[in-house]
Amino acid sequence: MTLLHVQNMTHYFGGLRAVYNYNLSIEPGEIRGLIGPNGAGKSTIFNLLTGVHTPTEGEATLNGVSLIGKSPHEIAAMGIGRTFQNLRLWRHMSVLEHINMASYAHITYGLVGAFFGTALRQKQEAEIEEKSYHLLQLVGADKFADQNVTNLPYGILRRIEMARALATNPKILFLDEPTAGMNPEELKEMMAIIRHVHSELGVAIFLIEHRMKFVMELCDRVQTLVFGEVIAEGTPDEIQNNPLVIEAYLGKDLDT
Amino acid sequence: MAVKTDSFTAPTKRRLATFWQPYTRVAMLSWLTGALVAAILEQLVGRPLAFMLGLGKVPVLFGLVIILKAPLLIPGVIVYVLLIYILPIGLIARLTTKLGNKLAAELLRYPMLVSTVVHLVLLYATLQIWGNINDYRNLVLRLTLISVLITLSLNVINGYMGEFSCSHPGFLALGAYGASAVTVSLFVNDNLFGPAVFTGNWGWIIFPFSLILGGIIAAIGSLVVAIPSFRTRGDYLAIISLAFTFIIKSFIENLEFVGGPRGLSSQPDWANLPTVFIWVVVGVWVINNFVRSTMGKALNAVRDDEIAADAMTVNTRRTKMVAFMFSAFWAGVGGGLFAHVLRYVNPSTFGIQKLAEVLAMVYFGGLNSVYGSIVGAVGFNLLSEALRPLEIFKWIIIPVLLILIMIFRPTGLVAFKEFDVHQIIAPKE
Ligand SMILES: Nc1ncnc2c1ncn2[C@@H]1O[C@H](COP(=O)(O)OP(=O)(O)O)[C@@H](O)[C@H]1O
Ligand SMILES: [Mg+2]
Repeated sequence: MTLLHVQNMTHYFGGLRAVYNYNLSIEPGEIRGLIGPNGAGKSTIFNLLTGVHTPTEGEATLNGVSLIGKSPHEIAAMGIGRTFQNLRLWRHMSVLEHINMASYAHITYGLVGAFFGTALRQKQEAEIEEKSYHLLQLVGADKFADQNVTNLPYGILRRIEMARALATNPKILFLDEPTAGMNPEELKEMMAIIRHVHSELGVAIFLIEHRMKFVMELCDRVQTLVFGEVIAEGTPDEIQNNPLVIEAYLGKDLDT
Repeated sequence: MAVKTDSFTAPTKRRLATFWQPYTRVAMLSWLTGALVAAILEQLVGRPLAFMLGLGKVPVLFGLVIILKAPLLIPGVIVYVLLIYILPIGLIARLTTKLGNKLAAELLRYPMLVSTVVHLVLLYATLQIWGNINDYRNLVLRLTLISVLITLSLNVINGYMGEFSCSHPGFLALGAYGASAVTVSLFVNDNLFGPAVFTGNWGWIIFPFSLILGGIIAAIGSLVVAIPSFRTRGDYLAIISLAFTFIIKSFIENLEFVGGPRGLSSQPDWANLPTVFIWVVVGVWVINNFVRSTMGKALNAVRDDEIAADAMTVNTRRTKMVAFMFSAFWAGVGGGLFAHVLRYVNPSTFGIQKLAEVLAMVYFGGLNSVYGSIVGAVGFNLLSEALRPLEIFKWIIIPVLLILIMIFRPTGLVAFKEFDVHQIIAPKE
């Protein structure tokens, strides 16, 4: 059964048509890529599917349940975990606290536990912490657990955001330009981490990327978005050789 | 410039550090014992010593009140503070370092509650004996303890959640009037509510009930600010919350059955030191529990990046609502205690000056920090008493101090520091 299904989604920002007639269908465990020039509407698609914006038109479902009109925390709890193009971290919180926070929806100790520090709370907080450590290990950032996020290098912060998204127990992970601003070394590491996470957790991945090479190596299928419309969809090979895509990227080096 | 001052103060700093080094190994148990001994010592020889030093009477708040009133007495006060407080406490801390650490370790072999209660009993005994000296000191002590609770409750919204809320005087008023209405109507022969309904000694049960009721009324009232906060942040919310404070004030002014602008008086004398102490300890304990849980840390997440919090399954509306109601509840309890300490409140108690006070305590002490709220409340109350002789000028000096703090330490003196009870009561070596 299809995991994530989007039908004829269109979105306007005032008079600006950011996304037009967008369709998508992702199977469990698949890695899907979304490429396109700056301002094409890629991040907007993420925001529409995660409840940040409500699409002007169209339908989207996760495991058959509609996402339209739901708030971001409901959608996150349903199984879409995400990262942000421009990191969104909590600057006064430690790395471990970041990952713990994403288990919010799984807390059942309630206000009584929070106010009076019940045994159930101790137990759950310990479990949450254990899970967080495990996820930090998975992305290779566990040695920073107790540090504040303001002092860490960029590449590490991207990994922390990924671990945080994974802590929501997603069925599908949205990664918005996971390698933006990274040097070639960090880029290689990130690629390995994404592969590792995918094979360990079996989670489906939907990623936005700028660098063709990255998308070509990781993804099962790729969509190309230009001015809010999908102009091509297929396997990495098909996309790379599609004249429309080459034209959209004209003047750009496909390998960067 | 910075380098120059550094190199100038470096030797002094080093000498201070060497001097202080042995004291860093002193367990809280020893410090509290020292404080208790100092309080007992003052009880025994305070009066004659003060007389010998030419002070006339025991300096009430470490001589802070005397500094502006009678500057000539300052040397005497310094000697008094040294002999009664600093030397005995320092001496006992040093002498009992080993013993204190051993005992602290021993206590921690039982559930943590045991050691916590032992520490609290020591603290309470110290305060009780220290506060016995005279009524004024006892009053300042109780008001300061209540200030700690009120400051911490405001810190939940303004510090932990990062909203600039000005609604606290309104919450205090709701709690003060809510609790007073119950106690005065049921237990006092007064002009407003008529003769007392109960005559027996029911205070021990009715007083907690009335404080909780005041807290609940404040919590319900807080929805007026909490609901707009779902969509509004920053300046607009600050204005809404300020309006709330004024609305509550004029609402009570027009409420004849609680005395209108004349206020409500003759509350029963139930807010004695042990009662206030217990309520403040319970309040601080619950608030600290909350802000250290993942559920409470959601406040921080909403403050630092609401969109990210939402995307990480945090129900931001619920978080805001809980924060406001929780904060208002404790403010209401604080207001109820406050009314029963002063045994008189009127609507103008809860105006703009009260707002300036509570904000000053939070921002002076430190955002997002229980330590900060304690430092802020104690520091502000002492300062406020010290400046009392200046009368109206006090309200020039305090804002100026606040501005200086905002410039040089924008988050306050002890901000963003976790209050870990285990760490406090644990042995230090
Ligand atoms: N919240 C918003 N309000 C108005 N316009 C927006 C908003 N978010 C994005 N846009 C516009 O929508 C278009 C697509 O943006 P975006 O999805 O961020 O592009 P991409 O991620 O592909 O670079 C851009 O023209 C951008 O200016
Ligand atoms: Mg983008």
